[in-house]
Amino acid sequence: MGLDFTVVPGHLDIILLGCAWTIGIAVAAALLSFFGGIVFAVIALYAPWIIRQPFRLIEWVFMGTPLLLQLFLIYFGLVQIGIDLPAFVAGIIGLGLHFAVYNSELIQTAILSVDKGQMEAARTVGLSRGQALRKVVIPQAVRDVIPPIGNNMIALLKDSALVSVIGVSELTLSAQRAIGATYRPFEFYLVAAMFYYIINLCMEWVQRRIERRISISR
Amino acid sequence: MDIDLMMRVYPFFLTAAWTTIQLSVLTALLGLAMGALGASARLSRFALVRFIGAAYVSLFRGTPALIQLFILYFGGPQIGIQLDAFEAGVIGLGINAGAYMTETIRGAIISIDKGQREAGRTLGLSQWQATYKIILPQAARLMVRPLGVNLNMLIKATALVAAISVVELTYTAQRYIGSTYKPFEMFLLAGVLYMIIIYATGRAVAWLDRRVQIT
Repeated sequence: MGLDFTVVPGHLDIILLGCAWTIGIAVAAALLSFFGGIVFAVIALYAPWIIRQPFRLIEWVFMGTPLLLQLFLIYFGLVQIGIDLPAFVAGIIGLGLHFAVYNSELIQTAILSVDKGQMEAARTVGLSRGQALRKVVIPQAVRDVIPPIGNNMIALLKDSALVSVIGVSELTLSAQRAIGATYRPFEFYLVAAMFYYIINLCMEWVQRRIERRISISR
Repeated sequence: MDIDLMMRVYPFFLTAAWTTIQLSVLTALLGLAMGALGASARLSRFALVRFIGAAYVSLFRGTPALIQLFILYFGGPQIGIQLDAFEAGVIGLGINAGAYMTETIRGAIISIDKGQREAGRTLGLSQWQATYKIILPQAARLMVRPLGVNLNMLIKATALVAAISVVELTYTAQRYIGSTYKPFEMFLLAGVLYMIIIYATGRAVAWLDRRVQIT
């Protein structure tokens, strides 16, 4: 059949729209995974035993099973218990929770490696335990953990392609739509790959700048 | 929870788990081969070969594995590559995993002290002998654990081939969720099997890691 890239410009509009959706979903899921990761880390470290242990089990399940399987659970599971969310919301929740668990692992390690004296000093000047965590310990832990979280966010961008499988019209599904109209899979998937690659390069560039900032502020 | 239903369908999940294991093993072998090749390219004397190695890593780590799989499986026939879904899954995922393993293997090799090679050369070994007899055995010890992480990711990544209809665990779960409307039960069946596979692999890697350490 051969390759013919002249069909691409005619469908560039839906590809670009898909790109915008991919970026939107990735940003929303990234924010959810960041703040969710902090909350999860605090629960995993400080919640009472009765909450902590089941929670760790859930974290373990999330780390031991594929994201795609989790997306099916969340998408169809929410429908089953009567919560009929649009696919893209389910996709954001699935991606966000999955990466929140990975971020939580990083943040837990970082919280534990913040010097104990910081907590003690904060308590001495009259902060409660919660305040000391929120205002003194966690900000330092988060600073330490931003570079590896950046790697997780780049992985999140790439994994956002999976939400196409539950019917979210992001970049991958947009490419599939264009293929449905033209029967040119190679060309359109390659174009989609190119857009992912460009977004990926931008993220790596931002990550390097942030890392430089952090290393200066230390 | 519908235990009866789970008892009825679990044999299909076991068959599917076997497919997932086959996929994982073949993908891991191809990934290791590609990783070794990639690392050699990244460490080559020739700038062009180094560039090819770097481009391989950057392109395959910089785009979604799902898209790579689709290009190979759906786009392949356009450039004369006809593969069935299982073959496309192994080759696509293997090349993808190879890009990650390239960096793992390269990282282990360059972390071996330069003096080791120089000492070998001083004793009269050729460049190749020094690599083969001095650098690689030491680097291999450092690789086991990070390659174990790659392996863990790779096993989970085999779920992607559900999207090209390979009947493995995730595809089976998806199909039964569609026909029974019991997402939680199906997730549990597939999830437990995935976790058994991943746990067993993790133990094996930890055992190997202990075995290869000196002391």
